[in-house]
Parts: sequence; structure tokens; C-alpha cells
Amino acid sequence: MNRKAAWIDPISPWILPLLALIAWEACARAGWLSARILPAPWAVVHAAWELAQSGQMWDDVKVSAARAFGGFAIGGGIGFALALATGCSTRLEAVLDSSVQMVRNIPVLATIPLVILWFGIGEPAKLFLVALGVFFPIYVNTFHGIRSVDAALVEMARSYGVHGFRLYREVVLPGALPSILVGVRFALGLMWVTLIVAETISAQSGIGYMTMNAREFLQTDVVIVGILLYALLGKLADVVARLAEAWLLPWRSPHRAARGSAFSRVFKGLRANKAFNRQATWRGAKA
Amino acid sequence: MSGATKEAAVELRSISKRYGDRVVLDRFDLSIEAGAFISIIGRSGCGKSTLLRLVAGLDSPDAGTILPRRASETRGATARTRLMFQDARLLPWKNVLGNVLLGLASSERDAARAALSEVGLAGRERDWPARLSGGQRQRVALARALVHRPALLLLDEPFGALDALTRLEMHRLVERLWRMHRFTALLVTHDVHEAVSLSDRVVLVEGGSIALDERIALPRPRSGAAADVAEIEAHILQRMLSPVEEHAFVG
Repeated sequence: MNRKAAWIDPISPWILPLLALIAWEACARAGWLSARILPAPWAVVHAAWELAQSGQMWDDVKVSAARAFGGFAIGGGIGFALALATGCSTRLEAVLDSSVQMVRNIPVLATIPLVILWFGIGEPAKLFLVALGVFFPIYVNTFHGIRSVDAALVEMARSYGVHGFRLYREVVLPGALPSILVGVRFALGLMWVTLIVAETISAQSGIGYMTMNAREFLQTDVVIVGILLYALLGKLADVVARLAEAWLLPWRSPHRAARGSAFSRVFKGLRANKAFNRQATWRGAKA
Repeated sequence: MSGATKEAAVELRSISKRYGDRVVLDRFDLSIEAGAFISIIGRSGCGKSTLLRLVAGLDSPDAGTILPRRASETRGATARTRLMFQDARLLPWKNVLGNVLLGLASSERDAARAALSEVGLAGRERDWPARLSGGQRQRVALARALVHRPALLLLDEPFGALDALTRLEMHRLVERLWRMHRFTALLVTHDVHEAVSLSDRVVLVEGGSIALDERIALPRPRSGAAADVAEIEAHILQRMLSPVEEHAFVG
């Protein structure tokens, strides 16, 4: 039983997707699926190849990525700075926090009509939507991280003569960092969602434009390529965020000595999501 | 009190402290001679930890004065008072050396290494605190305190969470370093045995004031099983358990 499980384990997650792909290809070849509804997987691969060859796909990916990360930098930067301010000063918290929490309850996508009225349908509208979507997870998690830094550690550091800027750099920010990185991962997810919607409304370039344009000409294969590109970019952003976590929080998994194994561990962690999150928090080190 | 010839490292004059309605310390007087090892014992909630926090400057008293005044001294690296907590309170995101260097310039690296080898942790500089045992964490905390060359070391039940054997090792280590560096040590503990085997003087606090002030002149290092240690220990324990009847015999 065990010997059997040993070779089946690594491939078992891939069995179902592979069967689905084979069935899909077979149905398309047998003519049961119209190419307009769902083209064969091979046709999708072919379309992706052609788009990549012509260079059009890379241009669209570049434009989309620039929008995504531009909006992320603006919204994330503002969210981080505001959370630093409200996290460190109770007076600023009293002034700002309840307003931020109020605005947070408005779904970002519900503001689209207003955004179009304000910015038209150009680049600023897309940047604004992405920035707005990214702002809240970064703000909320940074604020929460700063506030949940162990007060005993802050007291200890103060009694050892650590004050002011040094206290924030050496104690408060590292203590808040795990929570901040959780915010970054949430924000990266929201970043793609808002960008997809923003690009679908109106655009002259980008992955969203590519798919909407293909829809006009009934090129279902190109539409699917666009959807897969979004999925791939989203996954890529998540992998980068996890690598950043492993690199910035080496003390969270102390039984892993070398950096090389840190990376391999992260890739394993992509599947073993639960095991990654189950690690004891550093607060547990008290005992 | 007999220690009049020595200069006082800390003097508390008529200190009062209350939290809400509860009076923790009531016009409390205590003078600690420089270079001595003093233990403050008492039941939980007797005010001994509050006393230590006041001396450390973490809290301020409602009335009374603490000498020397520490207002200007508590900030910056010149402060000569260092505190060891019950939990080691190491920063988990700094390695062992980084924790010892807390509050110091990185040019003090060699001093930090020396302090670590004094507590028997040479070679562990690059380990994360999460990798250390409870005893090792307290050793790092001790090195972190000693690297500042404190004149006064405050110990807030730092051995309470350790197993018996590790605790004995820590007792020996602290005593050895105390004899080497001649700082004043103020230990707060609920463990009478620990207090008697380590200190020159044991102060029992009850109901916010001193109930017993016992000098212990036994030679060092003291064996825990020695009859003279056990005798003093029994005497203090008896006093703690039956306060009213015993009161007449003391002093």
C-alpha cells in the first residue's frame, strides 16, 4: 500500500486535469464541440504560439503588467504610509481610521461608473481602480501588524535604550512584517481582478483589450489564451510574494539553514499550503 | 541595617504605588548596598515585581523617591541599569549576536561576542532565537544585559520557567559572573531556596511592606544541600507560612 502511494503521490494532483484535457481534445476532434464554444486545447496552444511569434502578446502583457504594478505601487505605497501613521499614533488613528474603514466597505468595482465620469476611459482610470483595490488590504494588514507587535518586546527594547526611529526599524517594523506580507499577497490577488475588469471595460492595449478584441471576431481560442495569461500572471505574482516571504522572514522557519533549501521549500509549499500556514507564530516562542 | 559603610546603589524612600484602588506598595523603604546580591521574595501579588519595575524605571511611583534619580539616565547607552525578564524577550527576527547588540553600535561586535562566550554560547552567534532552548535563551538575555556593563542588574524571576537542572546551572553562571564583574544584583523570585543560595541578603515582602530582612553570610559557592542553607531556608519558609506567631522572633 505504502509502496504504491510513493509513486502515485507526486502525480496524483495532475491526473484529473490531464484526463479533462484529453477528453476535451477528443470531443473537439470528434466534432462534438464547436470551435466557437470551446476550441481544442491544441488550437489554444497554437493561437498562443502565433500571438507570441508576432510579438503582439508580449506587448499586451507588458502594458498590462505596467498598469498592474504601477497601480500596486501607488495604492500600496499610500496604504502603507497611512497605516504607518495611524499605527504609530493613536491621535491619527482616531482621525483617520474610522473613515478608512467606512470607505473600505464600498466594493471597488462599484465605483467604476464614477471613475469613468472622473477620469474618462484612459490610463488614469485603470491605475486608479487598481490602486484603490490594492490600498485596503495593504492598509488593513500593515495597521494590524503594527498594533499586534508584542508590547513586552517594545518595553524591553526601550529599557535597553532603543528609541525613536531605531525602535521602529529594529522592533516595530520587523514585528509587523509577517502581517504586512499577508497584505501584499491579498493585494496582488485583488490587483489582477481589478485590472481585468478595468481592461475589459475599455482599452486600446493590454491583455483585456486582446481578449475583448478577439471576442468581436469570434476568436474563442485567443480569448482562452487571454484568460490563461491572467491566471499565469496571478500565479507568478503569488510565487514571487512567497519567495519574498521566505527571504524576508528567515527566522520564521528556523530549522531550515541554507537559503538554497528555502527556495525549494517554497515551491513545495505552493502545494502544501496548509503546512506552510500551520507554522507556530513567533509569539509562541515565549514558552 | 548593618551595610552603612557601603555606598547605596539604590535607595527607595517612602515609595507608594497603587493600581486603581489596590495599594501595591505602601510607604516602602529599602536601601541596597553597592555590589551586593539581594533577593526579594514573597507570594504572588505581594508587590515584588512592581518594586523591580519601579527601580528599572518602567513604572513611576505615586509617591516617594528612588535614588539615584534616573530621569536623565534611562535614555541612551549610558544607562547603567539592565533588566532580565522572566521570559527572555529576545527579538525573534534578530540572530543571537543581533539580540546581544540591541541598542549598541555594530562596532561593539567584539564585546558582544565576548559576552556570549562568557555565558557559554560562543559559536551560536548566527542562530535564530527560535532554535534555542529556554535556558539558552536566558543565557542570551544575560549576555545582552552584561554587554552594557551594568552597575545594577535587575532579575525578574528569570529562572522561573526553566527546568530544575538548567535552573541550577543558571544560578552558578549568574553567581560566577556577579563575582567577576561586581555589579549590584537585585533578584525577584518566589523561590526561597534560590534566594538563600544566591544572595547576601533576603528581603521578604508582604502586603506592600518588608516583613523580614535577613542577611546571609554563608561562604560561596553554596551547596544547595548544605545544612546551613537548609536551615535558613526553613526559617524563612516558616515565617512566610505563619506570619503572625513568628513575627516576634524576627529582628
